[in-house]
Amino acid sequence: MTIMEVCGTHTHAIRRHGIRQLLPQNIRLVSGPGCPVCVTAEEDIALALKLAKQPNVTLFCFGDMLRVPCGNESLLQLSSRGADVRIALSPLDALAFAKENPTREVVWYGVGFETTTPHTAALLEAAARDNIQNLSVFSAHKTMPNALRALLDTDTKIDALICPGHVSSIAGADAFRFLPEELHLPSAIAGFEPEELLVAILALVTMILRGKPALINAYPRVVKSAPNETARALVDAWLAPCDAVWRGLGMISMSGLALLPEHAWFDTLKRFSLAPVSVSAHTACRCGDVLRGAIEPVECPLFGKACLPQHPLGACMVSSEGACAAYYQYEGAGI
Amino acid sequence: MKDCITLAHGSGGRDYRELVETIFAPAFRNEFLSPLTDAAILPASERIAMTTDGFVVKPLFFPGGDIGRLAVCGTVNDLAVSGAWPRYLSCAMILEAGLPLETLRRVVASMAAAASEAGVVIVTGDTKVVEAGGVDGLTITTAGVGVFPAGCAIPPQQPQAGDVILCSSPIASHGMAVMAARHNLIFDPAIESDVRPLNHIIRAVLDAGVTVRAMRDPTRGGVAGTLTEWAGSTLDITLEEASLPMRADARAACAILGIDPVYVANEGVALFSIPAKEAEHALAALRTMPGCEASAIIGNVKEGRGNVFARTPIGTFRRVLPPSGELLPRIC
Repeated sequence: MTIMEVCGTHTHAIRRHGIRQLLPQNIRLVSGPGCPVCVTAEEDIALALKLAKQPNVTLFCFGDMLRVPCGNESLLQLSSRGADVRIALSPLDALAFAKENPTREVVWYGVGFETTTPHTAALLEAAARDNIQNLSVFSAHKTMPNALRALLDTDTKIDALICPGHVSSIAGADAFRFLPEELHLPSAIAGFEPEELLVAILALVTMILRGKPALINAYPRVVKSAPNETARALVDAWLAPCDAVWRGLGMISMSGLALLPEHAWFDTLKRFSLAPVSVSAHTACRCGDVLRGAIEPVECPLFGKACLPQHPLGACMVSSEGACAAYYQYEGAGI
Repeated sequence: MKDCITLAHGSGGRDYRELVETIFAPAFRNEFLSPLTDAAILPASERIAMTTDGFVVKPLFFPGGDIGRLAVCGTVNDLAVSGAWPRYLSCAMILEAGLPLETLRRVVASMAAAASEAGVVIVTGDTKVVEAGGVDGLTITTAGVGVFPAGCAIPPQQPQAGDVILCSSPIASHGMAVMAARHNLIFDPAIESDVRPLNHIIRAVLDAGVTVRAMRDPTRGGVAGTLTEWAGSTLDITLEEASLPMRADARAACAILGIDPVYVANEGVALFSIPAKEAEHALAALRTMPGCEASAIIGNVKEGRGNVFARTPIGTFRRVLPPSGELLPRIC
């Protein structure tokens, strides 16, 4: 039986804790498109690089976006060549900087799923409240449920799903009810400690064997059934669903978030009149198959050879939470 | 005298002399430095060890330490892990024009205090001033000389199969303290760097007669960096994750930022590779030293092919790769 997890932190935790070593051979764990850095389209990264190269721009983003390559460049490389790229632990870092540096055009490069989107919305809210003119948001945010539908509509052989813990803490467990109810897929929301992952896996295996799909919340200390209404209201006030390209998966309808038209003033793409950039992907890369759970990372011809964490070619190798990077980092072929 | 560094302080003229005589010489005062000649004349009749290191850190001051303390301890510790007894240090500074003199005084006082703690003297030095923006505040380069007392064994710095790995004190505090300070992450109380001289601790182990095959202070690259180097191509090292000493605050900061503590820099930790049968004896010697109460056996060495594995608290294994690139906080 094949169980997929769709959260980068789960991917990382499963490899780091060696969870597979505790499972019988006939339970296969595969990683879906749960790493927000990995699924960020190369076209979006190309735009971020273009922005960072403008001399009056200070670009803020989360730390793990810095290393992601596009062509022969990354934000980290641009930064060492003098571009003003800064790591933020909170989008509000960008707000504080914008206030102190009114002559800089400050861009928040927003990446991530339901977990990080409210932070971007909170930044927009605060910037509007304080009438900050030199700050804008480049939204590459994505939403998980529609991406899951798109993924599971293809011919994947997934028997059960470990639902993302962080996303569920914001979106609410009910956001994943469609999995058992419409797609008949046993599903469990899991935490990140090894014991929590094992409890979720046990619940999924039991449901598979009994043929009774349901949604189990195996992370009740954090996740409630209902969404976080404060976060949802904040996001709805600033962002609206849009079509989005996922690296490795392609265009998925209504799976991204863009600024609402009435907030166009804060939209980086509009402020800088940036046109979309087209990027050609590496042809031998099999990230799409990895992200659908069709193959293991080692089955990709590039894995561990041309494609390494130091110089990743494909989406799954770019962040420590990517399926290939976590596999390479913690297991390799040796264990 | 002006209240901040100006380019005139780097001119070699009156302002420079004043800087040396009012700030450096009083703080570092010792018989070798005080003549303020071009070179310090030092006594030595034994084999000596020599090392040098450059220090840049942002911010200059962080909980538990500052660039001055770091610059003394870093060089003292490099000498100490080679088995030498650190004695003399040099101090060269590049100062940014505009640096407040008060900042320089604090850094110099901190260097003097750390030198006194380690039992070394700063015997020579130099300063240069660059225009604003040329460096970020100040940088320090220290060189150090240590001596090997007659008859003392110099550790071969080569672990052997059958050794165990001994860790002197809690790991990951320095790197997380600096990262928290750099990113304005508020921990209350703040995570403090472990930066300190290790020579007394190392001396305690050597004086106890322990056969030290290798010792290292795992600074950049952390414990993983040292162990993967030690494994070379012929040894396998297994790290017991549950045995790694670590303070609760550093552990929490690593978890929040998604950083593996074995890759985080330390400035007050010594790792020893010693024969397994001497482990308890070495531990007993270490635990008498302040800051080493939590010292522990954290791994073992076998014949192998250059792999480092970590055994997790649930009994599974993962591999530990050599560090690569800068440690960056994760999204969530």
